[in-house]
Amino acid sequence: MQTGQAEPLFRMEGISKRYGGVTALEDASLTLRAGRIHALLGENGAGKSTLIKVMSGVVAPDEGRMIFDGRDVSFASPAAANDAGIVCIFQELSLIPDLSVADNIIVSDPPMRFGMIDRATQRKLAEDALARAGASDIHPSALVKDLPLSRRQMVEIAKALARKPRILILDEATSALTAADVKKVIDVLKRLRDEGLALLYISHRMHEIAELADDCTVFRNGNYVATYKAGTKTDDEVVELMIGREYNHVFPPKPVRQVDQPPVLECQGLGWIGRLRDISFAVRPGEVVGLGGLDGQGQRELLLALFGVLRGTTGEVKVDGKPEMISSPSKARGAKCGMALIPEDRKTEGLMLPMTVRENLSFAALDRVSNAFGIIDTAKENALIDEMVKLLAIRTAGVDIPVGALSGGNQQKVVIAKWLMRQPRIILLNDPTRGIDVGTKQEIYQLLRRLADDGAAIIFYSTDYDELIGCCDRVLVLYDGEVKRELAGDEINVHNLIASALNISTAEAAARVGGRA
Amino acid sequence: MSEWRYWFAEQRGTLLALGIFILMFIVYTANHPAGFNANVVQTASNKGVLLAFIAMAQTLVVITAGIDLSVGMIFLLTNCLASWIVVGNPFETTLGVVGVLVVGALCGALNGAIVIYGRLQPIVATIATGAVYFGLALLLRPTPGGSVNEDLADALTSKLFGFMPASLMALIVIVLVVWVPFSRSVYGRAAYASGSSEVAAYMSGMPIKRGKFLAYTLGGLLAAIGGLFLTFFTYTGDAAYASGNAYTLFSIAAVVLGGVSLYGGKGSAIGAIFGAFAFRTIGDLLFVFDFDALWQPLFQGVVLLLAVSLGAFALFRVRNRLEWFG
Repeated sequence: MQTGQAEPLFRMEGISKRYGGVTALEDASLTLRAGRIHALLGENGAGKSTLIKVMSGVVAPDEGRMIFDGRDVSFASPAAANDAGIVCIFQELSLIPDLSVADNIIVSDPPMRFGMIDRATQRKLAEDALARAGASDIHPSALVKDLPLSRRQMVEIAKALARKPRILILDEATSALTAADVKKVIDVLKRLRDEGLALLYISHRMHEIAELADDCTVFRNGNYVATYKAGTKTDDEVVELMIGREYNHVFPPKPVRQVDQPPVLECQGLGWIGRLRDISFAVRPGEVVGLGGLDGQGQRELLLALFGVLRGTTGEVKVDGKPEMISSPSKARGAKCGMALIPEDRKTEGLMLPMTVRENLSFAALDRVSNAFGIIDTAKENALIDEMVKLLAIRTAGVDIPVGALSGGNQQKVVIAKWLMRQPRIILLNDPTRGIDVGTKQEIYQLLRRLADDGAAIIFYSTDYDELIGCCDRVLVLYDGEVKRELAGDEINVHNLIASALNISTAEAAARVGGRA
Repeated sequence: MSEWRYWFAEQRGTLLALGIFILMFIVYTANHPAGFNANVVQTASNKGVLLAFIAMAQTLVVITAGIDLSVGMIFLLTNCLASWIVVGNPFETTLGVVGVLVVGALCGALNGAIVIYGRLQPIVATIATGAVYFGLALLLRPTPGGSVNEDLADALTSKLFGFMPASLMALIVIVLVVWVPFSRSVYGRAAYASGSSEVAAYMSGMPIKRGKFLAYTLGGLLAAIGGLFLTFFTYTGDAAYASGNAYTLFSIAAVVLGGVSLYGGKGSAIGAIFGAFAFRTIGDLLFVFDFDALWQPLFQGVVLLLAVSLGAFALFRVRNRLEWFG
């Protein structure tokens, strides 16, 4: 790339990683040089997270080699990678909530005196690290759990610096920060670059990448796509590099929308402790409305807020035109609202794995199959269960085997069937097809459309852009807890979804919305 | 000033337990016919230290987000063992004491190994090992009996300098040589960290397995110290099943009173010691107010409920209801 440049500090070649049948990384490569900031780009599921997990010793690659400082390396644990000088600031925080800030920063190798941790020296080291991270306002004796999210993130950065890394990986490390902190962090990162560190920077904020990065690498579908010098490509070209998922799903046709019906669900100025901001939209019966955007922009919180799980939400939610205070899931699913939420993690929030298919199916609908004294009418229950097993084509050896014995796809069908037993009018889905096979995905797409045709209003969060394009009548794209764009009809395409997910206005997007973004 | 605020926040549970104990003890001595004197303090100390040692043992395990239902049985086993081997001349007696402590530590280490390396739930593992330890105690002492070096026993249960109860002194020494170094060591911190968030501790590269193992082992050691003192007080070994179970349950109560979180990661053995003394004082209070001893369990339950309720207020601040179940 450049003449006379020193050997790269770190190189990975031919790295592959599979989880079961799913390929997360295929023949990936990456080169990092000392004194440069390298940005990693890609949409959801592009393989960025897996790549840095491999680099930092959290997962072992199936194939490939890593060369650090001219030597082949492999890391058995995060601690081994840290010792070698590779430190990662993860998106999910690695701080221990009940320990103090100083304890957390000097967690790996505290100063010792008489065989005990020397707290005075530790405190000084922690203060130094906080100062280097530009966060001297944080008291080293404070407990981490008492700090707000943005301060914790700064502690995380100080902790990484205290380990004296040679390669520092930042995975969405600025996503929880305030604007003032972001500026400080950017200054710190530039200083570290000048001190000769190699930095790997992952962010969904394109303007931060534009300000910081020297080199950029794009990943797509677990594959390496391209590396280029920062500033040599336009935003449009970057988006084009990120597009390119193979289309292998068949989606049911979308009917012509009926706009004359009044909305069944309306949301006005919905907010929640800064994680959701001023969200307004309406859904009519028969509509499938998608939630788009990069993972973790408030989509999950929006669904939980609608379903009555979050406390202290602001704004108004109307069902059938009437304001409703939805204060718990049992109220959300009640006759007035008629909601159902298909959760993200079926193993913890959707199913009781050791219990039978029958029991799992009946949980949410017991009041519908029991008499006035709360005694379950077995005949009624069986009839309803049979109907659901047929409707969703759940492949099971019987309804009296544990649901844990079913395949992932069939488990997900049980979760959906469990809620359909209540005949909900508003169906919220939180990434329902993650980790299930292609065949079952198709069946779920068909089912969603059929439910909509029967008059249900569907809100569908998916991290897979193809699904949003194929299934949804409209898509709300979220960014930092706000609806940044609403796409409808032909506007729902990959280019628009990615561009608005990154909150950048490309030429095409700008033309369509008349420069609003 | 702000320095004090953080210290206070960190020690809140311990200070609360201290406050509860002092309040109860003042009421107790004020109403005691003999008033506040060295003998009353000595009696209270000797009654309290047994539970204090067991509560310290429980604290070490609870900090790692585990629970040890075998502490009471280690206490009985070491008591029965001591009634055989802590006898004879000073040299033999010393060997006996060391032997008792080693057996206690081994019991704790076995619990730790099963929980950490066998990946069994602490509650199940320690119910099972507790039954084993009680079985061994029963084999050692099918009926109450045995003896102990009475010179040593009397020395450790009397008063020093005419006012300081020797048992209390021993407790302080144990805190200084076992608890303080542990809580300030890398392993102690790893034990706290794994109780607070095991994933974060692993991701931070802390020695969580060794930290937890050490916590269980020292827990066994402290229970054995409790067993030794029981022998010094009673001069006999007695595999009393009900007593072992009561100590296990009371140790959990004392730990909770002392501000140690059963979810792990929070609290100190010093808080648990005050919790133990407070718990013991409830019985004494009933005595000076001429209540029937039958009221004791009921009052202990009420005090425990009140103390635990104080710690539950944080739940009102939760903004995402799913966190109630986390």
